[in-house]
Amino acid sequence: MSQSANPKSSDLKIFLRCFSYLRPSWKLMVGAYMAMLIISALGVANPQLLRWGIDRGIKGGDKTFLAWAVVGLLGLTLLNGVLSFFQGRWTERASQQVAYDLRKDIHRKLSMLSFAYHDQAETGQLLSRAIQDVDRVRFLTGRATLNLLSGVMTFVATAVMMLMMNPRLTLLAMLTTPLLFYQTFTFARRIRPMWQALQQQMAVLTTRLEQNLRGMRIVKGFAQEPAEIARFEAENAVWFQIAAHAARLQSINGPLMGLITNIGSIFILWYGGRLVMQSELTMGELVAFTAYMSQLAGPVRMLGRVIPSIIQAIACGERIFDILDAESEVKETPNAIALPAVQGHVRFEDVSFAYFGRHRVLEHVTLDVPPGRIVALLGATGSGKSTIINLIPRFYDVTQGRITVDGYDIRDVTLASLRSQIGIVLQETTLFADTIRANIAFGRPDATDDEVIAAAQAAQAHDFILEMPDGYDTKVGERGAMLSGGQKQRIAIARALLKDPRILILDDAMSSVDTETEHLIQLALERLMHGRTSFVIAQRLSTVRLADQILVLEQGRIVAQGTHEELLRTSGLYGEIYQQQLRPQEVAAMKKRESESANQRTPNYELRMTHDEAPISSSSIAPSSIPQAEVVS
Amino acid sequence: MSLSIGGVGGMGGGPRGMLDSFGRHGEEEGRVFDREIVLRLLAFLKPHWHKMLFALLTTVISTGLGLATPYLVKVAIDQHITQGNIAGLNRVALLTAAAFGGLFLSSAVQQYTLSRTGQQVLATMRSQLFSHLQALHLGYHDTHIIGVTISRVFSDVDVINELLSQGFITLAGDVLLLIGIVVVMVSMSPRLALLTFAIMPLMALATTVYARHAKAAFRETRATNADVVGELAEDIAGMRVIQAFAREDTSQERFNESNRANRDANVRAMSLSFIFMPVMDLLGTLATAIVLWFGGQTVARGELTIGVIVAFLTYVTRFFQPIRELSQLYTTMQAAMAGGERVLELLDTPLVVADKPDAIEMPEIQGKVELCDVDFAYRVDGPVLHHINLTIEPGQTVALVGPTGAGKTSISNLIARFYDVTDGAVLIDGIDVRDVAQRSLRRQMGIVPQDPFLFSGTIADNIRFGRPDAPDSAVEDAARMANAHDFISRLPDGYATAIQEGGVNLSLGQRQLICIARAVLANPRILIMDEATSSVDTVTEGLIQDALDRLLAGRTAIVIAHRLSTIRHADLICVLDEGRIVERGTHEELLAAGGLYRSLYERQFMDF
Repeated sequence: MSQSANPKSSDLKIFLRCFSYLRPSWKLMVGAYMAMLIISALGVANPQLLRWGIDRGIKGGDKTFLAWAVVGLLGLTLLNGVLSFFQGRWTERASQQVAYDLRKDIHRKLSMLSFAYHDQAETGQLLSRAIQDVDRVRFLTGRATLNLLSGVMTFVATAVMMLMMNPRLTLLAMLTTPLLFYQTFTFARRIRPMWQALQQQMAVLTTRLEQNLRGMRIVKGFAQEPAEIARFEAENAVWFQIAAHAARLQSINGPLMGLITNIGSIFILWYGGRLVMQSELTMGELVAFTAYMSQLAGPVRMLGRVIPSIIQAIACGERIFDILDAESEVKETPNAIALPAVQGHVRFEDVSFAYFGRHRVLEHVTLDVPPGRIVALLGATGSGKSTIINLIPRFYDVTQGRITVDGYDIRDVTLASLRSQIGIVLQETTLFADTIRANIAFGRPDATDDEVIAAAQAAQAHDFILEMPDGYDTKVGERGAMLSGGQKQRIAIARALLKDPRILILDDAMSSVDTETEHLIQLALERLMHGRTSFVIAQRLSTVRLADQILVLEQGRIVAQGTHEELLRTSGLYGEIYQQQLRPQEVAAMKKRESESANQRTPNYELRMTHDEAPISSSSIAPSSIPQAEVVS
Repeated sequence: MSLSIGGVGGMGGGPRGMLDSFGRHGEEEGRVFDREIVLRLLAFLKPHWHKMLFALLTTVISTGLGLATPYLVKVAIDQHITQGNIAGLNRVALLTAAAFGGLFLSSAVQQYTLSRTGQQVLATMRSQLFSHLQALHLGYHDTHIIGVTISRVFSDVDVINELLSQGFITLAGDVLLLIGIVVVMVSMSPRLALLTFAIMPLMALATTVYARHAKAAFRETRATNADVVGELAEDIAGMRVIQAFAREDTSQERFNESNRANRDANVRAMSLSFIFMPVMDLLGTLATAIVLWFGGQTVARGELTIGVIVAFLTYVTRFFQPIRELSQLYTTMQAAMAGGERVLELLDTPLVVADKPDAIEMPEIQGKVELCDVDFAYRVDGPVLHHINLTIEPGQTVALVGPTGAGKTSISNLIARFYDVTDGAVLIDGIDVRDVAQRSLRRQMGIVPQDPFLFSGTIADNIRFGRPDAPDSAVEDAARMANAHDFISRLPDGYATAIQEGGVNLSLGQRQLICIARAVLANPRILIMDEATSSVDTVTEGLIQDALDRLLAGRTAIVIAHRLSTIRHADLICVLDEGRIVERGTHEELLAAGGLYRSLYERQFMDF
């Protein structure tokens, strides 16, 4: 895709770099190439045996000679077969090793690249590089190059043999060879863009269908089936146009190559026949010549196939090395130390952050969170809430300022030691296609069953897990149980609980759950936060109430911070949020409480009472009201 | 279990779609020939029968010419070269040249006719499948994985086409060629021919043994390949979690394992073919050796000419090519039968919700909706709705409330006739929805889905979805109504901004606003709205609520409500539980009644 300043030299570099992956298997490759050389040489010997067989064996009536020719033919083929087996197997082993190493490297690289990279990358793209592109490079380092060289060798050796037998006939027969080369390369040049266009159009068709199926409810709901069909047919017609065009080229190419080869053999028959009549050539030589002629066509055709695929493989190699050479924005310093067990004292010192160095999302944020505090983050989309929580586990690095945990600059410690002490529960829950148990134990694979169950219980997940067909051994995902959004969320909470982190990061947003489930998740979250330094992107009043410290963010700045009561007095923006989102909830909660305690209803009283109660609630929330919290801490 | 409104969603359809297109292409086993399937597939060729006949004719010609040339060489050697007849040699050379020219023409024409026809059939099949998918009711789409359906329309159709366009003709051509070669060889020298054919059983044996082992080995490579893809897709999708939990090493180790298994399976499978090919070569050479040895002795005895031997040598090499092709055809057949079965199954899926032959066009809807004693079951076993009676007056907003699985979505599905009732009737303006053409009904309806789904294309395309002919000004007005205009015009490309895969370049709230604008522009008489449950920030939430109020005004609206706070101004709230309407009334009435609604309501706000 990307055009570099000097394509030739960079292509060569990529080519060489692909081949450098063969280094561990160099012995296999040397063996394979040696075998290839011998095979090419043997290939030239076969028609000679045929010639001797006919000339001296049959025409000369020398039965012993005929026998030798036959035995030699069989022996050569056998030797050839044994050699090609080893040549094939060794090449395959070496090139499969290349594919293995490339995929391993890609996987390792992807897990080292920071979120900034994954934000931009598309899963489908990465997959096609790791699977299809790697396959092409494997082909390049293996059979493609071997075939290329063996084709060249066979061609040269055959030409030499023919020249030795009869130079004039050879030249006549080879008159057509340039044509063969010409046709091969013109065809390759013309068909390639068409194949690309065809592939492109297939992708368009697939996308159309995929989108249509995904949005079927909308398509039907808006009665747009005919328009969708028309659009698909239009793209389908475009595909057919290109395909038919490519078919014409391809249909002519094969027979044309045959025709060119055949013209060569007519020359041999016609001119060679005359030479035989003039006794300048033997009948056996004529037959051998015909055999050589068909041997010549083979390598040329193969070059036609192999060269485009080599060019393609180089483009694939480029895409692969794009991934492998990607710089992670978050890197461990060479002398990074392991972060010792922390208390959870998190400080932001004048932190600014900009995505890709341009798009500024955080400006001069300073923050001091003592161990065990709960911090609620409030603000509009894009105000910087998620950025703050993404900076703590070093998913991104600060652009300016620094973040410390227990006094350690997080850039001075190893990523693993930092992240293993942070628990994360986000709105979009990713579970792996494994058992529920393995998913819960994801952060601590050595956890005992009891610990897993305790975590699930605390996360309000134990009951529904037991209802699953295989309980904790139920497989999650495609082939296993389909979990609802709420169930997945609770498993994610259990996963974070089991890790027992000192620092916790979470988003209390709930996707697609009914009120009952929401309530259960709410309970689980409260339990999870208890006693840990917690950063919560708060969407609901209950969480805000729990917080020791509320940060109100606007356009990357902390515009207000404090407790609920302080902010109600001091922050206009908080007041707005409170009125729009939090207060309606509060009124509802109020009504509920009021209906419980008989009938005391004056609007003023309502408001005052909530205010009075708030601090009491948030301080008394923990151990007494949630006895099971002990399970966790 | 319950059919969720979002369709696939959840674990991400993307990677799953990829998975399907990469590996797990079914295990192609089973029958090689199924008469019924073959006949039905052949029906696709019917409109092109004259082209296929033409292709067959050209096949016969090229096969004949291909057979003739070695014979011409024999004539040249025996009658002219050995006799010293230059004029004769010239004649034969010209004749051979003419034969080669004819061969070129006939095979080029044959190949072109075949591939073009094949592609035509391919395009037709795809179109038919696509149209059929549009006609299938939502129940089909709710229960089928998208990736699988995609592979029906593309991969399966491809393998069928391979059989239809190339396979049958190849079969005919190869059989013809084999017979021709046998006839020519036997007529030239029956004894030598029979001796050569002695190799055939050995070849058949080698091929069968190889096929058996190779099938298992290549299946193994496909399976391990699917594992590698699956593992990698999962790891990429879950990379954030892997990093957050510092599990990079473990996931690397797991990946390496499937990676290694795939490498070894590939080496094993390829090694098999590295044994097979030399064995076939050796057998081929054995045939050549027989011709040379026995043929040579017969020549010595003067019973055969040198020309015959040379021609024999050529025929022997040509003999193996159709045999090899035929064994490949076996695999093609097998794959095509499996693919054909799946494609036909899709095409045969009955239209559960179909227009009656005498369906009328729905007149302009006023907006009265009645559900009369409606029962409904997705499948025969589990009824989802029982005796639902509900009347919605034109312009009313009705909120459906209840726990997951209570039947809220089912009711909305019945009103839009995405499904048909099992018993009872749904009437709109007094007309049974089953008596009208589906599209005339839905053209007057609008939908705001729970998951704000956007198609790839521009923002304007998406707003215009329900009315593709709407002018730009109408699109903009709709966006204004939906509070979407401001953010759209702030985007660098404005309305022409391209939506990325799944709309990831827009926030959830923005996507919701665009969905609302889409419904506004469609200007439906009846609106079905499934409230979004994912949280958006408070400012956007306000914008959405405001836009919805405008959208609902003056239309009959059915709202599947998740956030009770947003439905207080509904004209009627129906509380559903286990497929029955258990309570109905306004917010205040229901709260006062102290039933299920009240407890749901309280639980939602039980913050303390």
